[in-house]
Amino acid sequence: MGGNRTTRLPPPPFSVQKNKRKVSHVTAADTKAAGPPVPVPRAPKGTGPRPAPDKGISGSGRKMRKKGELLPYLLILPALVAVAAVYAFPLAKTVIMSFQDMGRKELWTGESPPWVGFEQFTNILGDGEFWSVTGRTVVFMVVCVGLTMGIGLLLALLMTRLTTWVRLVLTAALVAAWSMPLMVAASIFRWLSDSDYGLINTLIAKVVGEDFLGHNWFLDPKQGFAIIALLVVWGAIPFVVITLYAALTQVPKELEEAAALDGANAPAVFRFVTWPVIRPVFTMVATLSVIWDFNVFGQIWLLRGNKPEPEYETLGLYSFSKAFESTSFSQGTAIALITVLLLSGVAVYYLRQLMKTGEVE
Amino acid sequence: MSTSTAPSPAGAGQDLRPDRKKSRWHYDVIGLLTAVLMAFPVYWLVISALRPNHEIRSYDQTLWPSSLTFDNFARAVEQENFATAVQSSLVVSVTAVVGGMIIATLAALAIGRFRFFGRKALLMVLILVQMLPPTAMLIPIYAQLNAIGGLDEYWGLIVVYLVSTLPFAIVMIRGFVVNIPVELEESAMVDGCTRMGAFRRVIFPLLAPGLAAASIFALVNAWNEYLFAYILINDNSKYTLNVWLMTFTTERGTDYGALMAASTLIALPVVVFFMIIQKKMATGLTSGAVKG
Repeated sequence: MGGNRTTRLPPPPFSVQKNKRKVSHVTAADTKAAGPPVPVPRAPKGTGPRPAPDKGISGSGRKMRKKGELLPYLLILPALVAVAAVYAFPLAKTVIMSFQDMGRKELWTGESPPWVGFEQFTNILGDGEFWSVTGRTVVFMVVCVGLTMGIGLLLALLMTRLTTWVRLVLTAALVAAWSMPLMVAASIFRWLSDSDYGLINTLIAKVVGEDFLGHNWFLDPKQGFAIIALLVVWGAIPFVVITLYAALTQVPKELEEAAALDGANAPAVFRFVTWPVIRPVFTMVATLSVIWDFNVFGQIWLLRGNKPEPEYETLGLYSFSKAFESTSFSQGTAIALITVLLLSGVAVYYLRQLMKTGEVE
Repeated sequence: MSTSTAPSPAGAGQDLRPDRKKSRWHYDVIGLLTAVLMAFPVYWLVISALRPNHEIRSYDQTLWPSSLTFDNFARAVEQENFATAVQSSLVVSVTAVVGGMIIATLAALAIGRFRFFGRKALLMVLILVQMLPPTAMLIPIYAQLNAIGGLDEYWGLIVVYLVSTLPFAIVMIRGFVVNIPVELEESAMVDGCTRMGAFRRVIFPLLAPGLAAASIFALVNAWNEYLFAYILINDNSKYTLNVWLMTFTTERGTDYGALMAASTLIALPVVVFFMIIQKKMATGLTSGAVKG
């Protein structure tokens, strides 16, 4: 078994492409050779992620600034202003509002709301409902991410073993599912699970023989969340499969074959050859899924006809209904802030993954 | 194993991929079944849109309709505010994308071509803001727009969409910028082009495919967005298409036939665009450049 060889595997797909083309910088390149000569691996097909600039150049950053000192700042200025206006400012305002008590009156009169310190947070954290909503959100996220990543990985592996035309058919199906706007996808699933004329009930009645006609899937939140999870997972799988498949095509065939010839069975080949190569991509996709599924809003909102019952509230909806139904905007922002804090760990982890693979350079 | 493809498991020494050849047939069947499952909701959307209404309101749903009709489409198009909704969606998303692409290209050039203080921090911020939960943004933006009279106005929505395209568009376009050899730009400048001229004559044409991909992606995102549209616009005649879809559900129930027809109409341009940029998207997404 060539197990030990895994440590000597070529670097993950992204770093393979890192040196694809050397990037020099306008003036830095004039004065300085761009780092030590690196053997350039044959570039894989496709555009691939951008090559990271050579580390060797970074020392000359100061020289750079002398010449084009202002230009880059001028170029990013509009973007900076825009991002500040629509992200940074609202985020700051979320923080501020969480320590105030802004209700309907303050919204319409424009009076500045009174400061209440940590009252919103103590209220929320002392409310049993908050904890059950948080628990529900976490469980829902874990189930969705688990299903998405599990099925996604299996399908991606399956795709490497398909005949070309079957793979094309499957890709087309995935892209079709992927391209459904959320609103449309939710409408389809609402129609499929309709209690009177929905196909799901008809099929269960016909195939299983149970009397399911008129069955309302959303009376019991467990069944309701099953339908919602189905929608979420169905919508997320195409992205996961296509991304993981792209990573799998970077796994050197020779290595897999060599391992197989050396007597490794299929699971061992996967474990020691394939997995190490696709792991960075897998981790990144999984992290993104965690964030997305934690923030699931639209699917639940739309399947519950724009007014989800309390049993269907996840953190996002809970914050929304506090703000817009109970018009306690400060409660809403405080819950949103707690969500941001809960997710910040995941976000930082994601960022570190990106930096490791050389995406942020 | 009814196919005759696998030559001989016995002579395994010859066959470098014995496993693969032997059971491809087997995998292909699973692959096709998966394709059917994944595509089924889309099929159901289209077929329900084309089905006569009496079959929709029936306890006996059939996989294939007895006849095809465009009645549902007619009802969908005649639904109140259809024309204004199309107009709203087009105005808002096209303006947002055009504005967004200009700003994003400038920023991407700066990040891809220059090394300046704060460059890495800027990239990180751009990636991080994409992970903020929508409600964290929605409440303060709503309050702010309310204070400055931006509710029920296209421009409020346009600004929100424009900026939300920026993070991924900048990261994505930057990827194309760093792939254009700087030498091209330099030689243009040696030959007498100004920096602007070099950009216009050399960089821009090479950047065009990247810009096209990024703008299609941005367009699709803006076209599909509905939460901000729902909250920030209350005027029926300014609803975007996604919000307009909700008008098919009334107290008396949902007109599923018309809803499916309208949904088909909304999804159609997106599907076409997706097919065009599908390849690019996969690479863009692997690099964490894009938020779905």
